[in-house]
Amino acid sequence: MPKITYISHEGKKNTVEVATGLSVMEGAVQNNIEGIDADCGGSMACATCHVYVPESWFNKLEKPQDAEQDMIDMAYEPKKNSRLSCQIIVTNELDGLEINTPTKQT
Amino acid sequence: MIKTDAVIIGAGPTGLFTVHQLGIIGLKCEVIDNLDRAGGQCIELYPDKPIYDIPGIPECTGEELTKGLLKQIKPFKTNFHLGQRVEEINQEGSSWLVKTNSGNIFSAPNIIIAGGVGSFEPRKLSLKEAEKFEGKQIFYSIANKDLFKEKKISIFGGGDSALDWALELSKLNEITLIHRRNEFRGAAHTLNEIKKKEKEGKMIIKTPYSLESIIGDKTLEEIGIIHENGKAEKIKTDYILSFFGLVMKLGPIADWGLNINNKTIPVNTENFQTNKAGIFAVGDICTYPGKLKLILSGFHEAALAARACFKRAKPNETYRFEFTTASKSIHGRLGLKK
Repeated sequence: MPKITYISHEGKKNTVEVATGLSVMEGAVQNNIEGIDADCGGSMACATCHVYVPESWFNKLEKPQDAEQDMIDMAYEPKKNSRLSCQIIVTNELDGLEINTPTKQT
Repeated sequence: MIKTDAVIIGAGPTGLFTVHQLGIIGLKCEVIDNLDRAGGQCIELYPDKPIYDIPGIPECTGEELTKGLLKQIKPFKTNFHLGQRVEEINQEGSSWLVKTNSGNIFSAPNIIIAGGVGSFEPRKLSLKEAEKFEGKQIFYSIANKDLFKEKKISIFGGGDSALDWALELSKLNEITLIHRRNEFRGAAHTLNEIKKKEKEGKMIIKTPYSLESIIGDKTLEEIGIIHENGKAEKIKTDYILSFFGLVMKLGPIADWGLNINNKTIPVNTENFQTNKAGIFAVGDICTYPGKLKLILSGFHEAALAARACFKRAKPNETYRFEFTTASKSIHGRLGLKK
């Protein structure tokens, strides 16, 4: 299973195995990883699973849809490398992916 | 004080269908919601987005579903107390007293919490200094636009609220509209109007910029904004208006002595009762092994919770299971002509 590393805003690393086909958000929720709230449950409607993706990985991901960009506008302190983790689907190619969670989600 | 059989907290799809399920078995209820309209997440988060998994309805939007549910419960003439948040609940004998932030008090043997992920609140600016000026020079919604006349207003956001207010307030004020990227997501015709205003010199648009600092001691005087490329600038500002949508907060529910697990309330799946007798939880806010956060699950949960309310509301009567197709008493409650 691909390994995903969630890095908190304080720098704490949490590496877990996430089955392919699940989203990076689901990987966090199922492993009780703090920093991702996912209030709407993955319907791209709340921007509380907001993460920052390091540049080295950012361009390897599929481009976000317009609707995701629209939602990221609402996120807490969005940056150029912001994504919604509910829209990043884990594949074998993403093995080793690292993402940073923001200071808070709301 | 309003006496009733059940108080429903939350007017989302599950809360609305709970009204129906109580209504057909002859129980009265009152509904309280923090938002100023019914529909919950359906109406706030995805009014125009299609839903495909409501049984018997191949496709409908959040708004259509809400309208349909409101129509379905119309016969029960239920009172809605909107724009109010339940602050406190207290036990009094076999009843619960429910108090809202507007001072309304309800007494009922049953409370059904259909609160979704909690109550919606505007998403606030992340800078610490924002708190100091909130409600004075920083606003997340506008109750009285007369406050703004010949003022310098900085508006943040890229959606309809930001665009609509920028346009409306530009008639009498100096507006700077600031957004983190070049694309706005408002309605096309509003966007055209905005661009026109910019060309005529009646509005300044700053993209891709974000807020970096709020400057002022007793009063807010300027703001610092920063371009995506790192270039910073200052803007004289009397008011900041910020429109970044809504967030959901569990709020006072957390203080009612209910078991809470990861922002959800564990329930007994026989009747959807919480750890307190007479307090039930249905819809997204409840949890149990196998729970699915689907609207259709909320409907099922509502049906069972409503039946469980009957015993507490009418201890001397016997509940009889009946079908809506055949029951004369249900037809009566639905106001159908014989």
